[in-house]
Amino acid sequence: MRDNQSWGQYPLATDQTLYPFSNRFSLLPKVSASLLPRGLGRSYGDSCLNDHGVLLSSTGLNRYIDFNQETGVLCCEAGVSFDEILQLAVPRGWFLPVTPGTKFITVGGAIANDIHGKNHHIAGNFGHHVSRFEILRSSGERLICSRNENSDLFYATIGGLGLTGFITWVEFNLTKIDSSWIDQEQIQFHSLSEFFEIAAESETGYEYTVAWVDCVSSEKDIRGIFIRGNFAKPQATENYKVHKLTSLKNIPVYFPEITLNKFSIRAFNELYFRKNITPRKKNLVHYEPFFYPLDAIHNWNRIYGKRGFLQYQFVVPYKNDSGAAVQKIIQLLNKSQMGSFLAVLKTFGNVPSEGMMSFPKEGVTLALDFANYGEDLYQVLEECDAIVRSAGGAVYPAKDARMSKESFSAFYPQRKSFEQFIDPQFSSSFWRRVR
Amino acid sequence: MKKILIIGATSAIAQETSKVYATAKNELILWGRNSQMLEAIASDLRVRGAGKVSVISHDLNDLSSHQKLVNDIWTNHGSVDVVLVAHGVLGDPRKAEVDQAEMLHLLNSNFVSHASLLTYIAPKMVAQKNGTIAVISSVAGDRGKQSNYVYGSAKAGMTCFLDGMRNRLFGTGVHIVNLKLGPVDTPMTKDHKKSPLFGKAPQVGAGIARAIEDQKNTVYLPFFWRYIMWIICSIPENIFKRLRL
Repeated sequence: MRDNQSWGQYPLATDQTLYPFSNRFSLLPKVSASLLPRGLGRSYGDSCLNDHGVLLSSTGLNRYIDFNQETGVLCCEAGVSFDEILQLAVPRGWFLPVTPGTKFITVGGAIANDIHGKNHHIAGNFGHHVSRFEILRSSGERLICSRNENSDLFYATIGGLGLTGFITWVEFNLTKIDSSWIDQEQIQFHSLSEFFEIAAESETGYEYTVAWVDCVSSEKDIRGIFIRGNFAKPQATENYKVHKLTSLKNIPVYFPEITLNKFSIRAFNELYFRKNITPRKKNLVHYEPFFYPLDAIHNWNRIYGKRGFLQYQFVVPYKNDSGAAVQKIIQLLNKSQMGSFLAVLKTFGNVPSEGMMSFPKEGVTLALDFANYGEDLYQVLEECDAIVRSAGGAVYPAKDARMSKESFSAFYPQRKSFEQFIDPQFSSSFWRRVR
Repeated sequence: MKKILIIGATSAIAQETSKVYATAKNELILWGRNSQMLEAIASDLRVRGAGKVSVISHDLNDLSSHQKLVNDIWTNHGSVDVVLVAHGVLGDPRKAEVDQAEMLHLLNSNFVSHASLLTYIAPKMVAQKNGTIAVISSVAGDRGKQSNYVYGSAKAGMTCFLDGMRNRLFGTGVHIVNLKLGPVDTPMTKDHKKSPLFGKAPQVGAGIARAIEDQKNTVYLPFFWRYIMWIICSIPENIFKRLRL
């Protein structure tokens, strides 16, 4: 069994010790090795790994502290998962303010990576909705951080990759919903410029927008399905229906590496593009398939086989070059025959990130995933990094397994001033790699 | 709305069972040692929907306090529908083989304290003519083996005690559930190497609430331990004594 690895199963960490931290009043363990907080391990690369170090597992810190049904302010321990919060909040008419494409993450992890979701253009990142949290440092010091109190550490911890200390509890705001259903519209598009048109038109009037793209079908341009939606008005029945708690679908073993090849990837993308017979389709869907389509299949990462897979997510400002950088990267990947099984394209709005090291910024973001083809892939992604750098963009650390020190410095020039907030005993495999 | 008394309420498994009762809006009484943790758990259960949560913090191995504390609970709450006894320690099995203090600590924390509590709780429930007492025991009590027989014998004693009490109370309206748990992935087993046979605390916790609801006599959690223990118990002693289990 592969315990305590990352979601991408690459790179694999060695010699890690797991320390269950389930009492928020206690101190951090007295050890000489470096410490790294660890939630549900859904980060793809090595930002949730700590070779030769200790992982402070927060999953036992899963208690609520307070919930105000009127204001939607929730205070809970850092290991509470989004899955659990939905079970509590949805029947009471509340929803997560920002959610990524999986609900199997913890609140602490959501802060450490300042995660974003389909409503970035309206709601910003998760950090924007956090009012306070407590940081426990290896010195034994406990600091309550907010925009008014220890604010430097507050902004350093949001997007701070778990390096500024251990978050014990968090207070944040939920969003009111009228039902647990989404009015969804899906629109086919046949080029990047068409995507930008629909995205611009959807920025007002649609709370949630995202696009699935097929990058492998054509050398010249992309095609895809733009998905937008809003929480629906109250429904006659099952108005606040919560998601299914257990799913029978599971990938029990690692698939053989031959499963994903350029033919199967192309076939999958073709089928997916054609799943809607009409170019436009409107329907009412439950929030679970809308936000968490992959959560229905447990351990889906195993379809990539034992060698694991890599995610590559970057953001580039698009005001000046209208997506030329995105186009270049897609063409580069196509030329090199590195097919991405799933690709997701989205525009980030103009809500500035508050976290010092947060990834999102106004522009367009593309997330791709690749079976771990090895050196050839790393080479191509290095070239992609160069394009992102010259476009003034950034690559997402939560998904990274390979970016160079030089690229990281270029993407995050603020890293130098961030370093003063790192807890002297905290580190991660990612951090040692890019420092 | 039922009133549920959870003894050893800070244990990871007890917390999971408490969550099930809280979500169904029941009233909970939490008894444990660490008052700070008990308050944290109480807040959690209130947010989850518990009708009312009260807390008693007192060392469960202080046998002289049992009678008064049990009396106080019934005085303050009138009646209790379900009692879950969940405390226990794994201790250091190697040390318990040679060290009398450790051996007694294991027996006290896994059997004597439970038997003492039940001695005072059972008459209260008989007097109210209804209720369920559920006790977390272990598959380790089904057959003694070299790796943890001191812990196992405390649990075996527990099983015998519960069977006898269930038999005695039959017809009084009071039911006894013996929960035989396999190893569960909790802070208690953090130093043990995990295998696929390890149960998950939320599933085991929910299984406990279900076994109480269904008024089971003895239940294995996760369920497959029934079959594993059936095989282990069918091995003839002449062979078993040679095995390294």
